[in-house]
Amino acid sequence: MAASVRTFVRSLSRKNACFAAVLRQSDCRWFTGAAEDRSTHFGFETVSEAEKASKVYKVFENVAQKYDVMNDAMSLGIHRLWKDALLHVMHPQPGARLLDVAGGTGDIAFRFLDYIRSQQEKQQRRAMSLGQTPSWRDISDGYPAGGGAPESAVVVCDINKEMLKVGRQRADSRGVTTGLSWVVGDAEELPFNDDQFDLYSIAFGIRNVTRIDQALKEALRVLKPGGRFLCLEFSKVTNPVLERLYDAYSFQVIPVLGEVIAGDWKSYQYLVESIRKFPDQEEFKGLMEDAGFFCVQYFNLTGGVVALHSGFKL
Amino acid sequence: MWLRYCPRFMIIRRQHIELSTSAQFVQQLNTSRRDRSHSYYDGVYHGHIQTTPFQKALLAVGSGVAALQDPYRHDMVAVLGETTGHLALVSLRDRMRNDPEGLTILTERPRIRLSTLDLKNMASLPDGSFGREYLRFLEDNSVTPDSRTQVRFVDDEELAYVMLRYREVHDLMHTLLGMPTNMLGEVVVKWFEAAQTGLPMCALGAVLGPLRLNARRLQSLFTSLGPWALRNGRRGRCVLSIFYERRWDQNLEDLRQELHIEPPPATLHPSRKT
Repeated sequence: MAASVRTFVRSLSRKNACFAAVLRQSDCRWFTGAAEDRSTHFGFETVSEAEKASKVYKVFENVAQKYDVMNDAMSLGIHRLWKDALLHVMHPQPGARLLDVAGGTGDIAFRFLDYIRSQQEKQQRRAMSLGQTPSWRDISDGYPAGGGAPESAVVVCDINKEMLKVGRQRADSRGVTTGLSWVVGDAEELPFNDDQFDLYSIAFGIRNVTRIDQALKEALRVLKPGGRFLCLEFSKVTNPVLERLYDAYSFQVIPVLGEVIAGDWKSYQYLVESIRKFPDQEEFKGLMEDAGFFCVQYFNLTGGVVALHSGFKL
Repeated sequence: MWLRYCPRFMIIRRQHIELSTSAQFVQQLNTSRRDRSHSYYDGVYHGHIQTTPFQKALLAVGSGVAALQDPYRHDMVAVLGETTGHLALVSLRDRMRNDPEGLTILTERPRIRLSTLDLKNMASLPDGSFGREYLRFLEDNSVTPDSRTQVRFVDDEELAYVMLRYREVHDLMHTLLGMPTNMLGEVVVKWFEAAQTGLPMCALGAVLGPLRLNARRLQSLFTSLGPWALRNGRRGRCVLSIFYERRWDQNLEDLRQELHIEPPPATLHPSRKT
């Protein structure tokens, strides 16, 4: 009788352990209640999580046509340097597969393809300089098929169809035909299988995601073991003088630019407020480590205005 | 100070205005709080965006440049008017307050839009009446009274209403002056409005508008239409103080005489656009 009670209690505790394990592993979203109950921030406003996604969608739907012009105007062209720095840190080699999330208008994707092409040309030049006379087969293999090596590819994933539309128009005007695909998808629930990509990048997109931890978990999932996660995002300025100037510029000038150039004050007010609500460099590094990335490090660009975080899946 | 000399009913009127404007203000605040999606951005009225003087200056310069580069950006013209027109709006509001009919308008805050106009009734009015001519103007020029931009950058809600009233009354100006919506007609109306209201945006439009006219129209502008518009603008009664919504059946000529506006020296046809 005691033995049966003991086994019964043991089986109960085992079930509890399993249940607890299930709770820990799953995201608990379905279990602890709907997204409407939890609140998050939309700029300086407090909204429910369900509302935030649709509000962010509307913001980017409005700004999509003038997105690139506004980026140049607001950052005085410096955003190009930040994105170039991302590519230099990424240092992709021919044959790499990149997933660019929230990459709507394709800035990172185009830079990736150009970088791969220049790497290939460098490799070819090195092979030539070794002094070997190449056979006709080697020469014909060296001709690039389209925009890059057949193996390297970039997938641009964005939740907003308007941004992707603008990106595709840009690809057409640049004449890029291969190595590039455009996918509509949510960073918190990516439409890809596990272990697909060598590189994952998200440039100026992660602060718009409702649940950052979920997006990081998804990034870990779709990366191959040994794959690298790179995130470019606005962050805390380290220098206090620069911080005051940056705040004044953000709140005084950027919404005015938004009104004059894009005819939309509120979207750009949201933009500068969402930057302030995003976790700083160390906090985001902690979030990445919690999600399961290793060797997490960050680089401050332009005095901390932008931070480049990098982590590996091992 | 002038309260001392006012009869009793004017004092009560003034208290009534203050109560009703503050009641409207409170009502607008309450409705804005209920509308959660814009609860942060609402200032003193729906659509109001709070701006510092530096931002207003930047907006004025930026919108001026944008409006010059692309004249079809009506929102930029509107923003330019709002950011530069504070003094003119104050003087307009004071003129309205001093006029009994203008005071009624400031109290009751009528709006001119298709939903508030009784089009069937207006179409049945006799020819030559103000309402019928206004309807004819809307049809001939294919315009609608609903296309006016919202006021956003004026910080006082009464002045914001004055600005809005000015925008909504613009089409009625066209009818009163007998001007179509082509370039020459718009420039003539702008000259009239600049003389009447003193808004810097009107003055800018009055100066830059003629640059896009051909020689023949320029000549008619400078010799007959222009001086007529300026003369009538200066001596005419304040056009914002007229409660147009109650005068649809009034004869147009009578209305012009009441406002001290001479009939136009030449009739312009609406079908030709510059």
